[in-house]
Amino acid sequence: MKFNGAQVLIKMIKAEGIDTIFGYPGGCVIDIYDELAKQEGLRHILVRHEQGAVHAADGYARANRSVGVALVTSGPGATNAVTGIASAHSDSIPIVVFTGQVPTALIGNDAFQEVDIVGITRPCTKHNYLVKSIDKLASTIKEAFYLARSGRPGPVLVDLPKNILQAQIDFEEPGKISLKSYKPNYKPNKKQLNKVVEMIKKAKRPVIFAGGGVIVSQASEQITRLAKMADIPVTASLMGLGAFPGSDPLWLGMLGMHGTYRANMSIGHCDLMIAAGVRFDDRVTGNIEKFAPTAKIVQIDIDPTSIHKNIEVHCPIVGDCKAALEGILHLMEDQKTDDLKNNRPQWLDQIEEWKSTTPLKYNQGSEVIKPQFVVEKLYELTKGDAIITTEVGQNQMWAAQYYHFNKPNHFITSGGLGTMGFGLPAAIGAKAACPDKLVVDVAGDGSIQMNIQELMTAVESKIDVKIVILNNQYLGMVRQWQELFYEKVYSFTNMENTPDFVKLAEAYGAKGLRCTRPDEVESVLSQGLNHEGTVIMEFAVDKEESVYPMVPAGGSITEMLLV
Amino acid sequence: MMNTNSYLLSILVDDEPGVLSRIAGLFSGRGFNIDSLSVASTAEPDVSRITMVTKCEPQIIDQIKKQLHKLINVITVNDLTDKKYVQRQLALIKVNAQPEKKADILRVVDIFRCKIVDVGLSHYTIEVSGDSGKHDAIVSLLKPMGIIEIASTGSIALARENGKK
Repeated sequence: MKFNGAQVLIKMIKAEGIDTIFGYPGGCVIDIYDELAKQEGLRHILVRHEQGAVHAADGYARANRSVGVALVTSGPGATNAVTGIASAHSDSIPIVVFTGQVPTALIGNDAFQEVDIVGITRPCTKHNYLVKSIDKLASTIKEAFYLARSGRPGPVLVDLPKNILQAQIDFEEPGKISLKSYKPNYKPNKKQLNKVVEMIKKAKRPVIFAGGGVIVSQASEQITRLAKMADIPVTASLMGLGAFPGSDPLWLGMLGMHGTYRANMSIGHCDLMIAAGVRFDDRVTGNIEKFAPTAKIVQIDIDPTSIHKNIEVHCPIVGDCKAALEGILHLMEDQKTDDLKNNRPQWLDQIEEWKSTTPLKYNQGSEVIKPQFVVEKLYELTKGDAIITTEVGQNQMWAAQYYHFNKPNHFITSGGLGTMGFGLPAAIGAKAACPDKLVVDVAGDGSIQMNIQELMTAVESKIDVKIVILNNQYLGMVRQWQELFYEKVYSFTNMENTPDFVKLAEAYGAKGLRCTRPDEVESVLSQGLNHEGTVIMEFAVDKEESVYPMVPAGGSITEMLLV
Repeated sequence: MMNTNSYLLSILVDDEPGVLSRIAGLFSGRGFNIDSLSVASTAEPDVSRITMVTKCEPQIIDQIKKQLHKLINVITVNDLTDKKYVQRQLALIKVNAQPEKKADILRVVDIFRCKIVDVGLSHYTIEVSGDSGKHDAIVSLLKPMGIIEIASTGSIALARENGKK
């Protein structure tokens, strides 16, 4: 039986188990949309901007650990998708982005809505393809999904010329993918695992440092078992939040520029760091020379380029985090508990002292709402069970500090690229993936405006997301830097002219709530969270509240500015 | 740059459009440096060999090799620098051949076992094949005679099965 390229594409997407795609039509993808109109079992969510489609696919992938799919047209449709692709690339998120392209005969002729999107996205995709023949279409799509989800995951782009989508072919199911040039190594070297056990036995002040790789490889259970078995406290990068329960006594809080005092001090004083699925980003390490100066470092990562890239490690392990941690746990079972928990009480006492003398703190008075208070109340009211997405800046850091994530896949944030405008479309994607979960976007008044048009997507598609805007009338994180390092010259960070968010919500057909007093925070949150449908809850918060602790860029992470 | 060394990499890649651009983009995007580059097909269909000379600090070369290997179209990356290998570079050198200099030029050609591949009224074009040391030596000897222009390939190299460097 003959199929056209558009039909092959949809068959292949469905064969991957995908039930939802996010997209925006245009001239070069019109054949695909013609097919989508006839589909059952594949939901298409119409976004209002292509960047939103890609962030939504990203949120979808993170919430249910599958592959997200976005579909956009050629030219501006494709270039609008680039920020979304680069965001997913920075955070190793598996998405496949299909872009329309002008017919092959016109490629290179500067045709209407033509751009070289394969050339543009080469440095920000895991891999990308231009499909030049209908014979290659099905196998390329299968390969794209395989690459996106295997090894260190990442975005893959497939550029589809219009004539390929229209061409006819006798469809044949492509065979198993085997690439001679791509064979990710999942299995860790056993010798190295033995070394880790010996290092744990020798360690007096060990710390586990979990990153996004632990979430990706679904190794939270293994991290937790390792921590308990040898009484090792755990910290995490922004991307690793939820890898270890935030309410556990061994939890140190987040590490890095806005990490907790005890997490940063622990790294500064530990003698063993077991780093799993992390890439030692500069926001985590601060000054490399002063990062974990007394520690032996174990690094587990599936991507060999992550190892020795920023810091020298003593025991590198290339492989899947889950497999490596399982291996270590297995070897530890043969050890005496006392050997594994060598000298632990002193170390844990020290950490407890750091925690009690210098906890995360803020002072909630009776007049002005503190943004941290809003996040804490949100945590209480949702019992820590909501999926939280964030925008970027102070809102993101307060969400990371004060919402104590107990489970993986519940914190969805643009960690590596730091993309403002990520949170709302990502929330839509997450809710589409997990319709039974409460999904809340913690936003600032600046970043929410970067993809505010997606409010229409949420309302139209009946995807119920809750938006908490911490409105301080500033681009708060930049203002904070200006306050601390630029003599309070608040150059273009003042955002007193924001729209009326309540009216704005109503204009889009959503509900809008505003809160200006501390004693109303709980009731407004509770009203918004219980409302059926998309809601904006705007909180007028302290204008000049800053995120603390803070490590000035390039400083040692043990030298923090505190409240 | 401080303490830079020269490294010779032999890279097998899928013979597909865009592969060279991926490699060049990797180098420019990460601030690595390509000194010379040579690309051609191999005996195996769909596989090309890229021979590359890169100059960098010793701690960077591992990252370069790993990043190259991470590219989906790169099959193997072989660092020949500390191995035994044969290396060749081909150059065509057009020199001024004034009557009084012709004998000198021919002597150089003879000593270096080069070939004269084109003769004009007032010039010779010389074909030189050898490693980069030989290439540099002949250029320095011909320079006083007046080199008009040079076209040169990048290095190509293969690891030796055994034997000495």
